[in-house]
Amino acid sequence: MSGDLSEYSKIDNIMKNHSLEESALISILHEIENLYNYLPDWALRHISEKLNISMIQVYGVASFYDAFHLKPRGKHLIRVCKGTACYLRGATQVFEALERELGIKEGETTRDQKFSLQSVHCLGACALAPVVLIGERYFDKTSPTKIRSVLKKV
Amino acid sequence: MVNLIIDGVKVQAEEGTTILEVAKFYGIEIPTLCYNDELTPYGACRLCTVEVDDGRRTRLVASCLYPVKEGIRVKTHTERVIKGRKMILELLIARCPNSKVLQDLASEIGLEQVRFKTENEDCILCGLCVRICAEQMGSGAIGFVGRGQKRDVATPFRMASEICRNCGACMYICPAVNLQCRGVNPPGELCNSCLIITPQCLEKYGQVMCSQNSCGACVEKEKK
Amino acid sequence: MKIRTPQELDALRNSLLKQRDPNKPIVRICLGTGCRARGSIDVLKAFNDEIEKHNLKIQIECMQTGCHGFCERGPVVVIGPKEFFYQKVMPQDVAEIVSKTLLNGEVVHRLLYVDPVTGQRAVYEHEVPFYKKQTKPVLANNGRIDPTNILDYIAIGGYQALAKAITTMSCEEIIDTIEKSGLRGLGGGGFPTGRKWRLCRKALGDVKFVIGNGDEGDPGAFSDRSLMEANPHSILEGMIIGAYAIDANQGYLYLRAEYPLALKQLQTAIDQAREYGFLGKNIFNSGFDFGIKINRGGGAFVCGESSALIASIEGKMGEPRAKYIHTVERGLWNKPTNLNNVKTWANVPLIINNGADWYAKIGTAKSKGTGIFSLVGKVNNTGLIEIPMGTPLKQIIYSIGGGIIGSKRFKAVQTGGPSGGCIPEELLHLPVDFEKLTEAGSMLGSGGIIVMDENTCMVDVARYFLDFLQNESCGKCVPCREGIKRMLEIITDITLGKGKEEDLELLQELAETVKDFSLCGLGQTAPNTVLSTLRYFRDEYDAHVRDKKCTAGICKNLIEYFILDGKCTGCGACLNLCPQKAIQGEPKKTHIIDSAKCTRCGICRSACTFEAIMIKSGVD
Repeated sequence: MSGDLSEYSKIDNIMKNHSLEESALISILHEIENLYNYLPDWALRHISEKLNISMIQVYGVASFYDAFHLKPRGKHLIRVCKGTACYLRGATQVFEALERELGIKEGETTRDQKFSLQSVHCLGACALAPVVLIGERYFDKTSPTKIRSVLKKV
Repeated sequence: MVNLIIDGVKVQAEEGTTILEVAKFYGIEIPTLCYNDELTPYGACRLCTVEVDDGRRTRLVASCLYPVKEGIRVKTHTERVIKGRKMILELLIARCPNSKVLQDLASEIGLEQVRFKTENEDCILCGLCVRICAEQMGSGAIGFVGRGQKRDVATPFRMASEICRNCGACMYICPAVNLQCRGVNPPGELCNSCLIITPQCLEKYGQVMCSQNSCGACVEKEKK
Repeated sequence: MKIRTPQELDALRNSLLKQRDPNKPIVRICLGTGCRARGSIDVLKAFNDEIEKHNLKIQIECMQTGCHGFCERGPVVVIGPKEFFYQKVMPQDVAEIVSKTLLNGEVVHRLLYVDPVTGQRAVYEHEVPFYKKQTKPVLANNGRIDPTNILDYIAIGGYQALAKAITTMSCEEIIDTIEKSGLRGLGGGGFPTGRKWRLCRKALGDVKFVIGNGDEGDPGAFSDRSLMEANPHSILEGMIIGAYAIDANQGYLYLRAEYPLALKQLQTAIDQAREYGFLGKNIFNSGFDFGIKINRGGGAFVCGESSALIASIEGKMGEPRAKYIHTVERGLWNKPTNLNNVKTWANVPLIINNGADWYAKIGTAKSKGTGIFSLVGKVNNTGLIEIPMGTPLKQIIYSIGGGIIGSKRFKAVQTGGPSGGCIPEELLHLPVDFEKLTEAGSMLGSGGIIVMDENTCMVDVARYFLDFLQNESCGKCVPCREGIKRMLEIITDITLGKGKEEDLELLQELAETVKDFSLCGLGQTAPNTVLSTLRYFRDEYDAHVRDKKCTAGICKNLIEYFILDGKCTGCGACLNLCPQKAIQGEPKKTHIIDSAKCTRCGICRSACTFEAIMIKSGVD
């Protein structure tokens, strides 16, 4: 997939919706992340060229923020909220149960590329603690025993 | 011109000068690590921290970045400042014990123990290499990457740089690796070959009094 | 259609009010993030379908709103004009609500809120105890308007303040009003807003910026989110007024990456405001031009700090810089910049409309107005609240929060997010305001109030926040990057039972250095949780270090699980689920946990319906 013309034109289309300046960098990276679930190297090089921002600055920004990933990820992104309210209601145990069930650790992807697991910042749904977000779907008041049924619903 | 007082001495400086620059001009020594007078100041190591009283309140600021203001009273070596500098060096040596530059600074400031588990890193993330590459060599081949504990100095994609000219400026300016301390034995302990006694004036006056004229009563440096 | 004069605005509002029958039945369904996560979109659809089925589309209005605040009870539905309050509404309840309440004015009792302590039912919204004790000038309209429709905002008086400010007040007068009101930064800093505006106005430069900070990184805080989702125009109006007063022609709204709905609502609001002429060129025929762009964060708590936020807008890593020269003089692209939290901006139209004195009458001597907080944790009623500054913590937790879940004992309340501290029971009388909380070792912060009960380990809480901050530190300065790491190391050892006596002294010393020497607010406030828990809960630290005991039953290495003979029915649920195969027992006989194999993962306790699995700590 890297670097063939149709992929470059996808990036160019994204950039059409933004002003071609430094302050658009993060918004553009978000859209690329949405498209590929991560930021491919060749896409970062392309942006550096088109926006006239040094490669080291683009790479630095891509590596600094949690929303961006530099390695490919699974089809279903599992995000366990580790905000304070969720933590107090047992989010750590939910996370560990997921680690056990999927056989992967924080930031990793299952071998069949189906699931990626990460803990995230407070999602702002504290009354539903502990919250697990899979894709765009929220699962509220989760617990270690409910994990299997939650994964089946995906 | 701006008038201010540093360690009891009335000094003058042009607007826009930093406290560190003024102090250096008048021969007042403030320890630094991430500072180099040919590069833009960065304010990351915090060793150059001093106390500033601007008439409304006293606060701690990084002297390499703080611009002089009319009427401020600066103290460069109070007990609070020295305590903090010791802790900062203790943290740095725990990370990077084999650097002679760090060990020397530790001895000068009177650090006597390292209470943290020692690691064996090469980099203290002072950013001097990044700045010299960008500002003096005009390359910008390396930069900071990642955040917090994962912060590192690297090239894009951590691959061989296409713009690095192998000038060696980054190695030259690095305080952590360019000189290894040969006194550290076993690795992880303080070297202290250049040991100092706690200055007596600190106890009596609440600050070290010799910033202008070193009386030498308490400081003895061994020339290696 | 562009509104160019106050008269045109009044005419539009009056015509809207004429069209809207206050006695018409209206169903308001909360589509804020909390209720959405519980399926309120399906509830909305069910209402639309049911109303269509009965052919009542003209007679009954169905509207989506932003967060009503009472997230614990979502999905929330309020039925006007009587304001019946229904909670935990599911799509399958809708048919009954339509036939009973909408068509016959009858109440569906099972959907009413019941006070867990008194057992009383609340029928109308204003009867619900959670809302009763609140005074909500800023959040008043959160559940009442459709955030995607600017006409709703105009109908309730929106953009009148802007008209008044631009057409009848001078920039000086506007700033005087804000200063006199006593409004302070509600992002946590508490800096007097009027003074900030004045400094920015005085700063030299032709190009100036205003920024709305919607980064809200504190875990447990969602007040910014609710406001942005439910009433985005209130923020825009405030920013336009401020920009006019300061002489800035470009504004930025900076939103956390994790708030996609807020982003959508704000963008829609900006587009509609532009359509009506409240943004763009020659606003209200004054010659003043102003536009707002939205910038997204990338997921970094440190970007809530103003200089890091500015770096992020500039397309760089979110590294803070020294603010010896303030951002009002040199901020975004080195131009004078006025940055305020979105809640602060939302207060501005209210102050312009009602006057500085009105605002100054609410609150305490130094902390005026209301505070907006997310009340979460071990309280019965979690959600968003707005109360006058100076309200005692006790009242918030018990009268509004409904007390501790399960009648457990209160232990501490954490305010100010990771930059704040923990406040013990003996200080519950403290009023919520900037000064009092800081004196006690915490801070107001971004408005999270997290309630903790007897099963919270305060050492573990300090560890949790240090772990959070370690990941969020930008890593630039030594005290923050290395200092937080080492504080975390020491505290983790303590929770693992490896703590030594000297550790507590070292922890205190380290905390003080990090506080005094860090470059930015993140590092400077990072030690607050450690320092406040050492101050108020020293006995817990001592127990961990000296006796290797965790009385709250949290620190895994210091606790043991055991099964109570009297309660265990031998059902075997725990045995089957234990990943370590550490439980043994015969059917219908009390089971036993092998402590050597048990990792305290918690699955057995989660599965046991008889509450037979207990925790003990220390040598008894």
